[in-house]
Amino acid sequence: MKLIVAIVRTEKLNDVLEALFKAEVRGLSISRVQGHGGETERVETYRGTTVKMELSEKVRLEIGVSDHFVEPTVRAILAGARTGEVGDGKIFVLPVEKVYRIRTGEEDTAAVTPVS
Amino acid sequence: MKNLRLPIFLGAMAMGLAFAEDPEFSAADTAWMLVATGLVLLMTPALAFFYGGLVRSKNALNTMMMSFSALGFVAVAWALLGYTLALSGDGNFIGDLRYLFLNNVGMENKGAIASITIPHMLWMIFQGTFAIITAALVSGAVVERMRFPAFLLFITLWGLFVYAPIAKWVWGGGFLADLGAWDFAGGTVVHINSGIAAVVAALVLGARKDFGRQAILPHNVPFVLLGAALLWFGWFGFNAGSAWAASATAGLALTNTILAPAATIVVWSLLDLMRTGRVTAVGLATAIVVGLVVITPAAAFVSPFFALVMGAIGAFPSYYVLLWRAKSGLDDSLDVFAAHGVGGITGAILTGVFAQKAVNGLFDGLIAGNPAQVLIQAFAVLIAVVYSGAMTFLLLKLVGAITPLKAAVKEEGVGMDITQHGEEAYTSGEGAILVKSEAAMPVARPKAVGGTD
Repeated sequence: MKLIVAIVRTEKLNDVLEALFKAEVRGLSISRVQGHGGETERVETYRGTTVKMELSEKVRLEIGVSDHFVEPTVRAILAGARTGEVGDGKIFVLPVEKVYRIRTGEEDTAAVTPVS
Repeated sequence: MKNLRLPIFLGAMAMGLAFAEDPEFSAADTAWMLVATGLVLLMTPALAFFYGGLVRSKNALNTMMMSFSALGFVAVAWALLGYTLALSGDGNFIGDLRYLFLNNVGMENKGAIASITIPHMLWMIFQGTFAIITAALVSGAVVERMRFPAFLLFITLWGLFVYAPIAKWVWGGGFLADLGAWDFAGGTVVHINSGIAAVVAALVLGARKDFGRQAILPHNVPFVLLGAALLWFGWFGFNAGSAWAASATAGLALTNTILAPAATIVVWSLLDLMRTGRVTAVGLATAIVVGLVVITPAAAFVSPFFALVMGAIGAFPSYYVLLWRAKSGLDDSLDVFAAHGVGGITGAILTGVFAQKAVNGLFDGLIAGNPAQVLIQAFAVLIAVVYSGAMTFLLLKLVGAITPLKAAVKEEGVGMDITQHGEEAYTSGEGAILVKSEAAMPVARPKAVGGTD
């Protein structure tokens, strides 16, 4: 099992979700995060105050998958999130020690296999 | 009342004279019109909240700025040129230049309209508030994608060359007034005009990149309700102020301005209930606007009972056009056409149906045995539709030749607040670094060793 963590542009989230559902990846969590990934800064002005926005709004996806689902999941995110400009985000694939499905108590691969 | 001969006629009746002299200055009328002018001006910021709540949060400021900018650009254009084009001279199609740059617009109670009882300049600026809101209404069709500089140029020209001529035809003693088409407070001039311009603008610009691909939801429904409430409040000045006097006519107009939207709310809610089993807040806010639009041309021409009837009937066309529009390929993003275009046409036609001379002292409609009035109303609608549509198209092509109309797809993705204004509606301030001066502004951020790119 792996945990896939992806940081993507907020405006590409819908494309990513669409690609994931097409790849039949069903279980995921998202959260709004702020971060910096080397993109050019944005300058904003509020009356006399000019500020440089260091952090950009991003969306973080967390997806627990069984091993043979890693490849299709990563491909779907790459396809959905890419614009080619700096700031498209990252995908991390992490090893997972143990997974439990709370409802049934199923463990590991059984716990990350979608209920059909 | 927006027909030149009407106040003279009323005055003659009241004073028992064959022809009224210039009427006396009236402190009471002036007091009411001072208030009414402020009320109508309030409708434009109200519209900003109505529209601002309906868009996504990344476009909230841009959408609100479209209305707020009209308060500047359209108002200045009106004072310098628009007013004289719309409301001067005896021409049938366009005014002359006697009031150019506000020349000859004084404090005495005479001017373009021989019978006003309020200062000429107050009348000029009261009319100006109508031009502002009409131009702002069009913005609902182009939100979330139109470049801001192009929008500013467009509404300034639109206020001068689309709004002013139609105002002349209907209210400035032009050919539609001569024909006997009646529009109490602006059903044709304001609502049909902006509704048709909206359709054309949506077609010329094209749809938003996400339109029809993903759900685009309102980001702040309480803003929409706040906007609807303030629009209703401002509309008392719009409709009752169009009596140009603190009169019984104003009282009738205000009563109808409460009753018609009330009926629209009831019918709209029932339609919602029957269709989905739920009454929606965005639906109710829309119903208020539709009811107000429908009663606008008839505000002081129909009895309060028929105002209720008009509000109730008026719900149907707009409700179903809204449903159709959402499924169609037309990205009139905030449904300016369904609310203002369709509501305005419904109102203009129904004015010809439910008007009674017993109520307004001027003309009968279908129910009082004058079916021809319906045809006259329909003809005026047709003229407004054709002119507004054609001129809006030409103006957009002209503006498009000077500067691009539409933002790049990427800018649209990031949001118009950041790309057009360099501001955000809801910023936490986290990660914002104060720039002390242009010189001290860091040029590029230092790359971390090993690179995080």
